This record gives sequence, structure tokens and C-alpha cells, in this order.
Amino acid sequence: MKFLLIGECREGKLLEYSYELFGFASQAGAETAMLLVGEEGTLPGYGGTVYLADAGKYGEYNPDLHKRLVQAVVERERPDYVVFMHTSYGWDLAPRVAALLKAPQVSEVVALAEGGGFERPCLSQKMRQVVKPQGTPVVLTLQGGAFPALVPGGTPQVQPVDAAGEGKVEFLGYEAAARKGVDLTKAEVIVSVGRGVGKKENIPVIAELARVLGGEVGASRPVVDSGWMDAGNQVGVTGQTVSPKLYVACGISGAIQHLAGMKKSGFIVAINKDKDAPIAGVADVLVVADVMQFVPALTAKLVK
Amino acid sequence: MKILVCIKQVPDMESRFKPDASGVWFAETDLAFRVNEYDEYAVEQAVLLKEQLGGEPEVTVLSVGADRVVEAIKKGLSMGGDRGVHVQDAAAHLKDSWQVASIIAAYAVGEGFDLILTGLQSQDRGSAQVGVTIAELLDYACATTAVGFEYADGTVTVKRELEGGVKGTVRLKTPAVVTCQLGLNQPRYPTLPNIMKAKKKEVRVIPVAELLHQEQRVAPVEFRAPARKGSAVVLEGELADQVDRLIGILKDKTAVLR
Ligand SMILES: Cc1cc2nc3c(=O)[nH]c(=O)nc-3n(C[C@@H](O)[C@H](O)[C@H](O)COP(=O)(O)OP(=O)(O)OC[C@H]3O[C@@H](n4cnc5c(N)ncnc54)[C@H](O)[C@@H]3O)c2cc1C
Ligand SMILES: Cc1cc2nc3c(=O)[nH]c(=O)nc-3n(C[C@H](O)[C@H](O)[C@H](O)COP(=O)(O)OP(=O)(O)OC[C@H]3O[C@@H](n4cnc5c(N)ncnc54)[C@H](O)[C@@H]3O)c2cc1C
Repeated sequence: MKFLLIGECREGKLLEYSYELFGFASQAGAETAMLLVGEEGTLPGYGGTVYLADAGKYGEYNPDLHKRLVQAVVERERPDYVVFMHTSYGWDLAPRVAALLKAPQVSEVVALAEGGGFERPCLSQKMRQVVKPQGTPVVLTLQGGAFPALVPGGTPQVQPVDAAGEGKVEFLGYEAAARKGVDLTKAEVIVSVGRGVGKKENIPVIAELARVLGGEVGASRPVVDSGWMDAGNQVGVTGQTVSPKLYVACGISGAIQHLAGMKKSGFIVAINKDKDAPIAGVADVLVVADVMQFVPALTAKLVK
Repeated sequence: MKILVCIKQVPDMESRFKPDASGVWFAETDLAFRVNEYDEYAVEQAVLLKEQLGGEPEVTVLSVGADRVVEAIKKGLSMGGDRGVHVQDAAAHLKDSWQVASIIAAYAVGEGFDLILTGLQSQDRGSAQVGVTIAELLDYACATTAVGFEYADGTVTVKRELEGGVKGTVRLKTPAVVTCQLGLNQPRYPTLPNIMKAKKKEVRVIPVAELLHQEQRVAPVEFRAPARKGSAVVLEGELADQVDRLIGILKDKTAVLR
């Protein structure tokens, strides 16, 4: 079985999570080759073949050309699987490659299942589905963090790869992350507001608990998107990554993108009216209650 | 200008899900359905663009699914869509993302849409495939994960959200597909008069058999709850008792309470 792994470069650097592709391939016991649109300096620590397309020529983001590069390598390597990370690069490019190769695609794989199946989350991570792609090659995207990062070691044999054509999307540039507001990474206690808190007017109740515990207030993304709190308070893949001694998740369901930012916390308390909410998977304590009833009661008792 | 917005109806994510008789997907009994969250941003963006261009563009709201999805189409119309298309398919949930995209592309191919907006992903299945695949099938330019959108003279400038808060700006010419990420705009709540108006708007019904010409590429084999990873202590019951038990645990297990 052969896997073609698609690495990712951004702003001249190999993205660390590209090593999760090797972790996945090793779990599957597959032979590997990698394609990277990058530069000599972005090569992974890996002794296999790396097909290197020049990022100066093809751009780090140019999906219409990148799909042709993948196709060119697929023709040479004849892999059984073409594997991407499920990231802004991977979910953008993978369906284009699948369409071009007339290949089945399975998105956001979290585990290998028996008989050539793949396990993936569905229903906002609450449930799991096993699916079986029909035909080869198969295009896969992997959920970040589902497979361990593995640095195989060694120096790659580099093969240049090229493709012709024009891209339909013109890349204009990157914009750095806005890093303003509270630095949650240094907080020992974080009490985070989720959509389950109900409305902006309820936030002071949560903030009061944070104050009593001597901590900061965090937020899930919808809370920021709907303007209840500043972007600087957001925890998760597109916000801050935190590891306080105590993290209290108030009305937060536990989407993977949120968990990525807080699962390393020392102790996690979740307050949720839904016993099945995925946050239970990382929590040390799950309080099944209405957050707007429980939090004031807890704060009152702590103040006493 | 013609704009198409693809919306999917999904179950309320706070529901309890149980496998149906097939064992490969969830049973619909007792579930409430709503518009896929990401697709509300797509509808809002279409309506904002229509307003920006003085009402000239025509906004079509399309959904593939059983008769219940007409509710979702009506919501799109009450937010400001002009007309609806219901691709009637009682077994839409059995199609893979590829088939759903091919159905939508087969409808769109003769319609000459300048812009097609979809969600980044659905909340139930979440493949993040349908929008991009439609673009590939129609040979349209495509940008995903939009958190910023500007349009002028046939050019769309999209701010794409990347990891860690970084964004990437891209420019594409219509015809184009853009997939919308959470936070792109503030989806409006339909007003009562607009809900009434929406009732009168046309919803064209197309049987799926007229548009489906592709075989399934991914077959479902199992549907279940994830293995419980954590060993969370679950506190249920009386509020006062829950409070006391939590404080007890925090004193015991963390150095936070003195
Ligand atoms: C028994 C069973 C088996 C299934 N097996 C598979 C399977 O093997 N493979 C598979 O891919 N899916 C499977 N599904 C789920 C399937 O119905 C998907 O919901 C469908 O393929 C759409 O893909 P998605 O939800 O991942 O869309 P995404 O690609 O995540 O959706 C992106 C966007 O596309 C648009 N869109 C998606 N669906 C529709 C729609 N119906 N109408 C209008 N716009 C839409 C929306 O704008 C949405 O935001 C199965 C379902 C059942 C019940
Ligand atoms: C590319 C990408 C990046 C993302 N980045 C991030 C990120 O950085 N951070 C982030 O947080 N999200 C991120 N998201 C969004 C993420 O997928 C989820 O949509 C989001 O985390 C959900 O926030 P939530 O838990 O507050 O809301 P919901 O998922 O709506 O959950 C609300 C929860 O509150 C509970 N609840 C409701 N009412 C009550 C009540 N009265 N009492 C108690 N509980 C109640 C419900 O049971 C539910 O579990 C990203 C998504 C994508 C696609």
C-alpha cells in the first residue's frame, strides 16, 4: 500500500502538523512519498522521496496549479491514497484533486477502521461514522491531532515536479493574527463563555465567577463572532491555545476546534445541559445543569 | 447578476442522536431541523451583495433534500432571497458529497450563475467538499473559508481564514464559488413582514432523478457514538448539591481554591 502525503508550507516554513501525515502512514503500515510546494529549506526530516515544486513559481496557495502538481505525482507514484491534513489548505485542495482524479474523498479521518474503512466524526463531533471509499486512488484529509506527529528522520531524495496552466485564484498576501487584548496563555484560571450562555447580557455573571476564582474570561468562537466578546478572548485553533490550572467551560459544546485550544488545561470543568456534549470527552467534571442557574449559585457559595 | 446560495438543512446539534434502521445514519424521529449555520452566512452575504448593487442581482436559494427542507428554503427567502429551488430527494442523506455536488452542478450548469455561495461545511456531515466540487464541475474559480468578502466589477476579493488567526487574501473573477466560514457577517433575523413576503415567493421543485447522473463513491458502513475517551465525573441532580460536590472536587484536585 502506498500513500502520497501532501505537506504544507506557509510563509516559507514547513507546517509542523505535516508530520502527522507520517504518523498516520506508519499506523497504516504504508509506503510513503511526499509532495511539497515549498523550497529547499522547507524539506521535512524524512528519508523518502519528496517531490518538490517551487513555491516561488507555483505560490504557497494556488489551488488550480497545486491540483495539477498532485496529479503529476500521482501519475508517477500511483499511490493508493493521497493524504492531506484537514486544514484550510487541505480542505480547499483535496476536493479539487478528488474531482480531477475522479476519486472518492473521505474528509476529517480520525481513525482507521477494519476492512479499508475510515472513521470520521459527524453531527458536530457528537457521533462517529465509518465509511468505505470505492475505487482507487482515495483522497483523504486527516483531522488535526488525531494521529501522532512522527518525524521519520533522514534526508529526502528530492525530485522536482512541474505543472502547466494558469490559476484562477490570485493570492495577494498574508495578514498576521491580531494579538490584542488579554493574554490568556498566562492565566491560571480561565472561565470561558460559550453560546450556551444565551446572550451578551449574561456575560457579567460568568465574568463574576472568573473574578472570584482569580482568573480571566475566555470565549468560544460564536461568542466572538456575534460580538459578545472581543476576538482577543477566543480560545481554539483560530484563537489562543491555553493551559491554565483550571478551565471552566460554560455552555461550550466541545467542537474539535475549541478543544485544540484548551485540552491541555490542568483540570477541566464543563457546565452543560447536554450530557452527551463532546466536551465531556476532555472534561474532568461535567456538571449537567443550566449554566445560568448553576454559575450564580456556584459563585455565591464560593464568596461565602 | 445571478447568485446561487446552497443551503443544507441539518438537525439541531443539541439533539440526542440514535442510529436508524439502516444502522449507518441517524434516526430522524423527534429531531428538530434548522438551516446549517455556515449557510446562514452564505445567504446573508448574497443579500448584502444584492443590497450593495442596488437590488439588481437575483438571489436563488437551493436545497437538496426531503420535503422538510422547504422550511430551510423559506428561511433563506425571508432573509432576502428572491426565489427558491427545491431539488426533491427523500434519500438525499444517502448520497455522498460528490453526488450532492453533481446534482447542484447539473442544475446550475444551464443557469449561468455569476456567483455561487455555500457554507464551508455542513454541521452534520461536515465534509467541506460540496462547494469546492461544484466549482470543479462547473470550472468556476473557487475560494474557501471566507471571513471577508468584497465584490466590485466582476472581481471578488476574499479573506480566507488560515490556522492560528492568520488570514490570506485572494482575488478571483466571476463566475466563482465562495465557501463561507463562521463570522463572515452577522446573519439577519427575518422580520415578520419578510416572513410573510417569503411565503409568496416561488419555490421551483425539481425531482432529483432529473439531475442525478453520478454513482456513489463513498459508502457508509457504521454510525455510532464515539468511544468515551474521558473519565469525567458527571454531576447531576439538585443544584445546591451539584455546587457542593463541585467545590469539594476542586478543593481536592486543584490548588485553585484555598
Ligand atoms: C445513510 C447515510 C450515508 C451517508 N453516507 C455518506 C457518504 O458515504 N459520503 C458522504 O459524503 N456523505 C454521506 N452521507 C451524508 C450526506 O448526505 C451528506 O450530507 C452530503 O453528502 C453532503 O455532504 P456534506 O454534508 O458533507 O456537505 P459539505 O461539503 O460539508 O457542505 C458544504 C456546503 O455545501 C452545501 N450543501 C451540502 N449539502 C447540501 C444540500 N443537500 N442541499 C444544498 N446545499 C448543500 C451547503 O452550502 C454546505 O454548507 C450519508 C448520509 C446517510 C444518511
Ligand atoms: C476552521 C474553523 C476554525 C474554528 N476555530 C474555532 C476556535 O478557535 N475556537 C472555537 O471555540 N471555535 C472554533 N470554531 C467553531 C467550532 O467549530 C464551534 O462551532 C464552536 O466552538 C462552538 O461554540 P460553542 O460550544 O460555544 O457553541 P455550540 O456548539 O452552539 O454549543 C453550545 C453548548 O451550550 C450548551 N447549552 C445551551 N444552553 C445551555 C444552558 N442554558 N445551560 C448549559 N448549557 C447550555 C449546549 O448543550 C451546547 O453544548 C472553528 C470552526 C472552524 C470550521
